[in-house]
Amino acid sequence: MSESAILLTPLHGLHVELGARMAPFAGYDMPIHYSSGILAEHLQTRASAGLFDVSHMGQARLDGPDHATTALALERLCPADILALAPGRQRYTQFLNAEGGVIDDLMVTRPPGADGRLGLVVNASRKAVDFALLDQALPAEVRLMRLDQAALIAVQGPAAARALARLAPESEIAAMPFMSARPIRFEAFATQVSRSGYTGEDGFEISLPAGEAEAFARRLLRESEIEPIGLGARDSLRLEAGLCLYGHELDETIDPIEAGLAWSIQKRRRVEGGFPGTARVQRALAEGPARRRVGIRLDGRAPAREGADIVSASSEPIGRVTSGGFGPSVGAPIAMGYVASAHAAPGTTLTLMVRGKPLAARVAPLPFYPHAYHRG
Amino acid sequence: MSEIRFTKDHEYVRVDGDVGAVGISDHAQQQLGDVVYVELPALGAKFDKGAGAAVVESVKAASDVFAPVSGIVVAVNGEVDAEPGLINRDALGRGWIMKIKLADPKELDGLMNQSDYDAFLKTLA
Repeated sequence: MSESAILLTPLHGLHVELGARMAPFAGYDMPIHYSSGILAEHLQTRASAGLFDVSHMGQARLDGPDHATTALALERLCPADILALAPGRQRYTQFLNAEGGVIDDLMVTRPPGADGRLGLVVNASRKAVDFALLDQALPAEVRLMRLDQAALIAVQGPAAARALARLAPESEIAAMPFMSARPIRFEAFATQVSRSGYTGEDGFEISLPAGEAEAFARRLLRESEIEPIGLGARDSLRLEAGLCLYGHELDETIDPIEAGLAWSIQKRRRVEGGFPGTARVQRALAEGPARRRVGIRLDGRAPAREGADIVSASSEPIGRVTSGGFGPSVGAPIAMGYVASAHAAPGTTLTLMVRGKPLAARVAPLPFYPHAYHRG
Repeated sequence: MSEIRFTKDHEYVRVDGDVGAVGISDHAQQQLGDVVYVELPALGAKFDKGAGAAVVESVKAASDVFAPVSGIVVAVNGEVDAEPGLINRDALGRGWIMKIKLADPKELDGLMNQSDYDAFLKTLA
């Protein structure tokens, strides 16, 4: 059996040079944290700005004869309204299987001025599955092009807009609406930018050719507000923001309604269906799902981790923790998991089994830390 | 005079008379990252050498602390309970986790002294 070599992003050399602690993630050698550590990197992102290498994620393009054709082709795989997506706008959705379970979650972008084109960003751990699905499901007139030669860099935090504006003073980047997308030239770097992210903070996700990524990242790090941030803090930030991570809060047995993602299924699609698993999704919308994703606050200071069993006040098993850890901005242990819907109301007392010991906890509203998206 | 000894799992015991202060080494705290919580044993708890005695939780993961020597817990460090980050800042000093009254001081002979531990660390790099 041959062993596949670990993959490197275009910024790998830079991470090593900056002293990152590296570890494998989704087949890539990725920075978990730099010398500051996870706690400091997390707090830095919320106080100022952080630079994240997310080039391991799967970027791709769909090209069809016109927007309606491409959009409707994608709608056969996902429950969002892609047809109504305006030029220069971005939307969050999922690929669903026939049972309504989530194959992956992704961002879909309609670039301005490129009729028939849609941009996709999917999870690194699922990109092989996603691209195989698209290859098999797309009609002949819509072509899939994987953008394996593109890097993706996220800049997140309250200072992101003003730091980036210095590199593109004519761009009016600070005025970009949340979930919008457009090309921007930062000094000599031609990029595609969306105002979006995975931290709960204001921020931008920037795609550019792999060959220019290191020079661009080094240029960004010269701005005093921006520090490099690893995957460890990326995870604690998204957990505090109450965002799902594929393989934890989402998998092929979980539908978007129980995952709390009904908001991402626009009205027309709820009514018309036409995506895989429509029956299960419509039933869950009508009757309520049997289980729900919830936020969990522990009463003590010991964290609970994914896999911990959740039992009710009367000791019946009612669910499972899917992500857990310490929230640096919250200053306390936090978790997300699934519980039977009868136990999902905020304030419901729960018991988490951690190392054989019962830990008192309660359902808490999400997000744990307020979102600061740009609504200007 | 207190002497420090180390285990292959990166615990240390710093012995004074028949009581040893136990913690994790500086190498261990660096590997773990920011410590956010320490699960301390109960006073009076008895451990055989190698048994799980405490748990150190970092932002990302939990790590067992195994008793480097057999004995009874006679003190636990309230300071690391209140400020888990002490383990990162001063693992060998104020970041001690528990004190064990040694049941068998001869067990120390099986542990590494500072220079042996330093050499051991080089083999791991």
